[in-house]
Amino acid sequence: MLKSHRLPEFNVYIDTDTCTVCKACVIQCTFDVFSYEKVGNMIEIEESKCVDCHRCMIFCPEKSISIIPNPVQYRANASWNKEIIHNIMKQAESGGILLTAMGCDKPNFNYFDKLLLNASQVTNPSIDPIREPMELRTYLGSKSDMFTIAENDKDPIIETSESPHLLLETPIMFSAMSLGSVNINVQESLAIAAVSNGIYQNIGEGGLHPKLKQYANHIIVQVASGRYGVHKEYLDAGAAVEIKIGQGAKPGIGGHLPGEKITEEISETRRIPAGTDAISPAPQHDIYSIEDLSQLVHAIKETTEYSKPVIVKIAAVHNSAAIASGIVRSGADIIAIDGMRGSTGAAPLVMRDNVGIPIEMAIASVDTRLNKEGVRNKISIIAGGGIRSSSDVFKIIALGADACYISTAALIAMGCTVCQKCHTGKCPWGLTTMNPAISIRINPKMASKRVSNLIRGWTLEIKDMLGGMGINSIESLRGNRHQLRGIGLSDHEMEILGVRPAGS
Amino acid sequence: MKDLAQQLEHSPLRSAERRNNPYRDDKVIDACSIFGMMDQNRRLFTGNDIIEASANMNERVNGLGSGYAIYGLYPKNRKNYALHIMYDDKEALKWGSKYIGSNFEVIYDEEIPMDNLDKSKQLPIMWRYFTNIDVDHLNRMEKEDYMVKKCLEINTSGRGAYVFSSGKNMGVFKGVGWPREIAKIFRLEDYKGYLWLSHSRFPTNSPAWWGGAHPFAYLDSTVVHNGEISSYGANRRFLEMLGYRCTFQTDTEIFALALDYLLRKQHMPIEIVAKIFAPQRWNDIEKMPTNEKNLLRRLRITYGNLLMNGPFSIIFANHGLMVGLADRIKLRPLTAARKKDLFFLSSEEAAIRKICPEIDEVTHPQGGRPVVARCNEGIAS
Repeated sequence: MLKSHRLPEFNVYIDTDTCTVCKACVIQCTFDVFSYEKVGNMIEIEESKCVDCHRCMIFCPEKSISIIPNPVQYRANASWNKEIIHNIMKQAESGGILLTAMGCDKPNFNYFDKLLLNASQVTNPSIDPIREPMELRTYLGSKSDMFTIAENDKDPIIETSESPHLLLETPIMFSAMSLGSVNINVQESLAIAAVSNGIYQNIGEGGLHPKLKQYANHIIVQVASGRYGVHKEYLDAGAAVEIKIGQGAKPGIGGHLPGEKITEEISETRRIPAGTDAISPAPQHDIYSIEDLSQLVHAIKETTEYSKPVIVKIAAVHNSAAIASGIVRSGADIIAIDGMRGSTGAAPLVMRDNVGIPIEMAIASVDTRLNKEGVRNKISIIAGGGIRSSSDVFKIIALGADACYISTAALIAMGCTVCQKCHTGKCPWGLTTMNPAISIRINPKMASKRVSNLIRGWTLEIKDMLGGMGINSIESLRGNRHQLRGIGLSDHEMEILGVRPAGS
Repeated sequence: MKDLAQQLEHSPLRSAERRNNPYRDDKVIDACSIFGMMDQNRRLFTGNDIIEASANMNERVNGLGSGYAIYGLYPKNRKNYALHIMYDDKEALKWGSKYIGSNFEVIYDEEIPMDNLDKSKQLPIMWRYFTNIDVDHLNRMEKEDYMVKKCLEINTSGRGAYVFSSGKNMGVFKGVGWPREIAKIFRLEDYKGYLWLSHSRFPTNSPAWWGGAHPFAYLDSTVVHNGEISSYGANRRFLEMLGYRCTFQTDTEIFALALDYLLRKQHMPIEIVAKIFAPQRWNDIEKMPTNEKNLLRRLRITYGNLLMNGPFSIIFANHGLMVGLADRIKLRPLTAARKKDLFFLSSEEAAIRKICPEIDEVTHPQGGRPVVARCNEGIAS
């Protein structure tokens, strides 16, 4: 192995005045930063391994540990900055693709923070959500164009047949995280939270773990390019089926679950041998065009006897609007669009940070296109990828989405500190590791409580924002871009977002 | 305001949307009084009472716009589409008359008689045309679609022509002024109808111009409205998806277009439409008997973007039909009353009692519950 030319990214200090050498840090750190030296009864630190996950600091009973970014800088250079230099060094040492995890961490792709919300003053009253009902219930699925209503013994009855819908009590769902990308404790935590909040959890392409079957009414099963664990019972089990075409963090490429993470448990649900890499192909090999997609949509509908909605998930890319328009015509009930800031359990750095477009732009352009073509109401839109707060949820619905997918926020609720090391399988918070000794750090009962609290908090905040606008039902926000204003955006950007500048 | 008016005069963009909303705000906002009166036996009556009642609610308005809709107005020409059109100037009139002539068969046309009460101001030109649609092979629905399309075309033409109404045996008269003034200007004492609607406004962000006053009408449907729709953006987007254009950029127009879509195109009963505009809450829907629950649930799922969210009360009229509806949490007033065959809807009960002190029955309908009156039928709510 070549000697590394990189200095450690973080400096780790232990205050020896307060440290009791209890070894909690040695146990907690899964990256082996700490080790116990019998000689001298002290803790040795290997700071080059530190990922800044904060696990040791939180669990140190004496709060003796501090981690700070290594202050040593290269000579100032706007072009050849520290990150660029380090990436080159890493590749010079390994000769491989740089892997990373979580969503794009670059600052320049965020439009949420440049959109401002409206509120009622004088001409219409704002509504107080503490005293008046606020309705966030959302139904996802396709809607009929025309309604035939017949009078039957004075009771009007709708003759038009109904397509299946997902009922959400708040417009937030948990985005696809497969068994393998996260462990069963995380999946179960999310399932419990989904049930208690009246929402849904997408279990990704890793198959359905037997433990999750009891929550199946609140689970969306996924059919991705690897087709791991896909069979009739699997499709029948969930509340909806999602065909995954692409993912915002890595549009155009497939998934890669390293053999290290394929334990016996994963092997059983994925139906592949333990220890082998699970490599999902880049495309779905039976979908090379829109008519192929239509066939798969209908194959799934036939299999499940038209009892549940079919979602088609795509990554937000330059021609999302045209693709979405094709998806409506493919017979799908729901489109999920995943923006470029969306998370991943493992992706090449170059894909994550360079491919795709932000979710705000994608939703705005898709909603506009479907409206122009007169088909927007035929389908529901789920937005995912980069939703960090209740106001992001709110703004993306105002831009045209029906509901949204979150995953990073849910992981953070359970302990994640976004250290971006999911692909190593060593997650010290027990989220993305398959090592049973570490994954027990997630107790589904406790972790689901944290996630439920988050959803509840966001829901209350959404009601506050709605009431402030004088609106008491979420459907009146959908596509209501009049309630948004842009600040610090170019005319072109505002045109695409369909919003006007603040003050106008 | 004067500068703005001058600027508009010289603007090449004299379409309704630019004219009604010159500051390019999201939409036009105003507060209002509304009043409706119908003889359920279709006996014709003059507008004296409704003018008196409207004037009794001057507190709610500021004299910058009033208007009336009258049904049973043109019995002699009851089979023709009566187009009431306002023109900015003679050039616009020339263009409009030519446009009408080339798109419709004109049976008869004339200037709408008007009295100028304030000689220092010039009145716009008002013209009415009694027309047939002589396009071959069109069924009734297609003819009506044709009419709606032509009205939208005129309003967005930028030629300074604005269609006030386009139905049969009915018409809209409206302009800038107090209720009594407008009635005088249009000599409403000369007209009779079996159903009258009136409206007066207090605009906050629209210049006082004649086209901005209510009622808004498409074909035989007319709406007067008090309130502000906070869901305007969502409603408008949905209607645009269906091919409508919001030429006046006001909430009221949203109602007019949505009613056109749901009643005329989708053949829905008005009671169902009320449940789309102001649906019951999900919690209440869940408690209902299966059939009703399914109906309401599906209406909300499909037409959620036509939920009118925010404070409103509206009166909607069509031949033989007058309907009042307030928003789900009743943030705007609405009173219904009956005296023998006369049926009233009003922002204020006082306005009804002013012209009819002894009423047989009076109700203050709950939010989201429509009050529907049909000719030769009682109040059904």
